[in-house]
Amino acid sequence: MTGLIPHSWLNALGIAPWVWNPLSVSFHAAVEATIVVAVAGIALGYLLARTHFPGRGAIETVFSLPMALPPTVVGYYLLTQLGGPGPIRNAEVDLFGHPLTFTFTGIVVAQIVESFPYCLRFSRAAVAAVDPRFEQVARAMGMSRGRIALLVTLPLARRGLVAGVAMAFGRAIGDFGATSIVAGSVPMATTMPLALYNAVFYGTHGQAMVLALVQVGVALAILLGVSRLGKVRAW
Amino acid sequence: MSALEVAVTRKIGDFELDTSFTVDSGISVLFGPSGAGKSLTLSLIAGLIRPDTGTIVINGVVVTDCARREFVSTQERRVGMVFQDGLLLPHRSVLDNVALAVRQAGGRRARRDIARSWLELVGAEELAGRRPGSLSGGQRQRVALARSLAGEPAIVLMDEPLTALDSAVRREMRSLIRGVITSTGIAAVLVTHDLQEAEELADVVIDYADGRVLGQRTVTHPTRLEGPRESAAGSEEE
Repeated sequence: MTGLIPHSWLNALGIAPWVWNPLSVSFHAAVEATIVVAVAGIALGYLLARTHFPGRGAIETVFSLPMALPPTVVGYYLLTQLGGPGPIRNAEVDLFGHPLTFTFTGIVVAQIVESFPYCLRFSRAAVAAVDPRFEQVARAMGMSRGRIALLVTLPLARRGLVAGVAMAFGRAIGDFGATSIVAGSVPMATTMPLALYNAVFYGTHGQAMVLALVQVGVALAILLGVSRLGKVRAW
Repeated sequence: MSALEVAVTRKIGDFELDTSFTVDSGISVLFGPSGAGKSLTLSLIAGLIRPDTGTIVINGVVVTDCARREFVSTQERRVGMVFQDGLLLPHRSVLDNVALAVRQAGGRRARRDIARSWLELVGAEELAGRRPGSLSGGQRQRVALARSLAGEPAIVLMDEPLTALDSAVRREMRSLIRGVITSTGIAAVLVTHDLQEAEELADVVIDYADGRVLGQRTVTHPTRLEGPRESAAGSEEE
C-alpha cells in the first residue's frame, strides 16, 4: 500500500514517510483484517442469533474472550501458537513458507483476533433484533434459508452489521498490545500505535505528537461514521 | 375434498391447544378472545411450529402427520400469509415484494409481470414503484394480500390483517378481501377477535376459547360488499 501513492506526491503534500508508512501499514492491515472479520463475524453472528445448537453459548464466549482479555495476553498466546513449535506453525510454513510472527500477515492475524468479537456481537444483536415474522412470511413465499438470510434478514439488520464492521475496523487499526507482541516493530510492518510507541521510546516527541494526532483523527472519523449510520433514514 | 383439515394438539408452557376443524373454500374465520390459540393454529397450519400430535391436510395433501413423522416444510406447503402490520420488506419496492413471492418459472421480468397482475387485482398497481415505508396502512395490507396470493397458494392465512387500520379503511379492506378470495377461489383462514369483522367476512366462523373449538357456524350475508376493484388504491388517501 505504501507504493500506491508515489513518494513525490507525499512530499508535495508535506506528508513525511514516518507518518505515511505506519499509517498505510495500519490501514492496509486493518482493511484486510476487517474483510475477514466482516465475512466470518456476520456469518457466525447470524448462526448464533437464528439457530439453536448445543454449545452455542460456549462458542460465543470463546470468540468474545479477546474483548475481556488484556491485548498483551492475546498477543502472548498468538506468539506462542504462531511462532512456537507445533502444528499451527508447521501449517504456516507449509502455506506461506515461513512463520507469521514478525510479518505483515502476523499483524493482520492479530488484528483479526482482536476485532472479531466486536463484529460478532454487533452482528448477533442486529440479526436477533429483526422481527422473525419477516422470515416466516419469506418461508411461506417459498424462499430457501439462504435466500431468506441474504434477501430478508441481513438487509433488515444492515445498520447494526455496518456499525459492527466499523467498530471492528476501529479496533483493528488501533490495536497495539497484540500486534506489538506478534509482529514487533520490523521495517514496513510497523503500525501507527507501534510507531507512536517507538517515537516516545526514542524521545522524538514532535513525531509522537503528530502520530498521536493522526490517530485521534482516524478514531474521530470512525466514530462519526458510526454515529451517522445510526441516523440513516429507515429506508 | 376439503380445503383444510386440522386435528392437532400443541402444548406451550401452561397453555394447551387442542383443536379440530375442517373448512372448505371461501373465508373461514377463527374467532375468539386474545390468547385463545387462534394465531398458534395458523402457525401450525403454516408449518412454522410443529404440533405435538395430530394431522393437517391442505387440499387433500397431508402436510403434517405426527404419528407418521411426516412434516412438509413451510416453503413446500403453498400457504400465503398476511400479518397485522403487512411485514413488507422495507428495502424492496412494492413490485419486488410481490415478485419475490412468485413461484412460477421464468426470468425476473416474467415474475415482475405476474406480480404486476396481482397488484392490479388488489387495486395497487399504481404503488408498484414505491417503497413500503411511504404507504398508508391500508395500502400496505393490499400489497401484503397481493404478495400472499402471488405464490398461488393452496390456502391464505391471515392473522388479524385489519386490526391496525381505521374503520373506514377496514371496511374497504373487508370488501377487497372478500372479492379477491371469491374471484381467485383460493381458500382463506382469517384470525380476528372482532365480531363484526368475523361476521362480515366469514363464510364460516369457528369459535375459539382456551385453546379449544367451541363450535362452527355458517354465516349468511344479506348485505355483503363484493368486488375487489370497487376499492382501488386511488380511493385511499396516500
